[in-house]
Amino acid sequence: MRYVCKNGFNIETIGGGIMLNIDSVEKGLVIDHIKAGKAMEIYHYLNLDKMDCSVAIIKNAKSKKYGKKDIIKVENNLDMDLKVLGFIDPNITINVIDNSVIIDKINLELPQEVENVVKCKNPRCITSIEQEIVHKFRLADREKGIYRCVYCDTAYDKK
Amino acid sequence: MLKGRSLIEPMDLSLAELDDILNLADRIMHDPAAYADKCKGKVLATLFYEPSTRTRLSFESAMLRLGGSVMGFSSAESSSAAKGESVADTIRTVACYADIAAMRHPKEGAPMVAAMKANIPVINAGDGGHQHPTQTLTDLLTIQTLKGKINNFTIGLCGDLKFGRTVHSLIKALSRYENIKFILISPDELRVPDYIREEILMKNGIEFMEVERLENVIGELDVLYMTRVQKERFFNEADYIRLKDSYIVDNKKMSNAKKDMILMHPLPRVNEISVEVDNDPRAAYFIQAKCGMYVRMALILKLLGVE
Repeated sequence: MRYVCKNGFNIETIGGGIMLNIDSVEKGLVIDHIKAGKAMEIYHYLNLDKMDCSVAIIKNAKSKKYGKKDIIKVENNLDMDLKVLGFIDPNITINVIDNSVIIDKINLELPQEVENVVKCKNPRCITSIEQEIVHKFRLADREKGIYRCVYCDTAYDKK
Repeated sequence: MLKGRSLIEPMDLSLAELDDILNLADRIMHDPAAYADKCKGKVLATLFYEPSTRTRLSFESAMLRLGGSVMGFSSAESSSAAKGESVADTIRTVACYADIAAMRHPKEGAPMVAAMKANIPVINAGDGGHQHPTQTLTDLLTIQTLKGKINNFTIGLCGDLKFGRTVHSLIKALSRYENIKFILISPDELRVPDYIREEILMKNGIEFMEVERLENVIGELDVLYMTRVQKERFFNEADYIRLKDSYIVDNKKMSNAKKDMILMHPLPRVNEISVEVDNDPRAAYFIQAKCGMYVRMALILKLLGVE
């Protein structure tokens, strides 16, 4: 099991690194049910690397639902654009913590638009050559979760 | 209000705005002299990053016939793009010299980028295999002029329906008119993309059917829109040989078509419409080319707010 710790989390390994315990968040967010292996992507999407707050990333935690999952805990920062997570993986759950108690659960929806999250894969798209362009996708079909590049209409393939 | 706006795709226009443009084009067609000086002192920039005959010349002719002037380039090599200049920088520079711009670019979405950066109207004159809205306006004006209306028709689209941008734009635009039925005629590998079938036709409950052979359905059509099927688009030689004649319109096939059907083609054609059909009164493709100029005149007038 691998883990990343940044600023102030008390991480304790038990049983030769098989078990992992991280102190609960007193105030902040717990981003749970992240598909195993995707935590670092989300860390970057949320620009957590640029924020001056405590962040713990737990990779490959046991999950009854999915077998394995990743979790991100963010201390003292509630001011993030979380809409993007709906685009990346709508199965993610977000708990808002205050005084070490869950005070809110944020249900993710597919956002209408996402900017600079992913790039268009169509080699004929203007985004493949134009400098400093905003990479933008718009929700075209909510039922099927299809997003299209606003410039060339190519569907984004999440695979 | 169209003044100051750009046209990037046909769906940028509401039905009322489309009607407005088509009706103005119709008035220009019947009295061109009345519009001969409407754009005096105005400059159109034609920014063509790839070659084009019809589209560029019809834009230039449109502006000249409105009394305006034209400047521009006709290939990327003769522009600053060859030095690596971005579309955003090019259009901001051009906007200092011109009142309106028409852009053709091999990269899809380039005119949209231009429109986002420019403070003058930008018209998409074709972006890769993506959109070609003024061709769609041309097609709509042709149908309205020759058939008197744009509703209650069975429209046949034949040939390469997968890669043909004119076909995709036309389906989108026609899907907003009442009681339009489509018959989509193409080899299996060149059927319309899924998104046209699912997000436009099925989503809007539009009646359509997909068939492989033109000769089986030509008698049902009010409009037949031909596009070229290139041999290299077929997956195998056997299918090409089996089907190639089905996508060529000749007098024999026309003999089974309705007396008032119109035969359209965005041009250039190669062999998909036999030359023998040119004398058939139902052959509309050169009238279509002329409609292209009138509708661009109307569009320029509207976007400049002159009319």
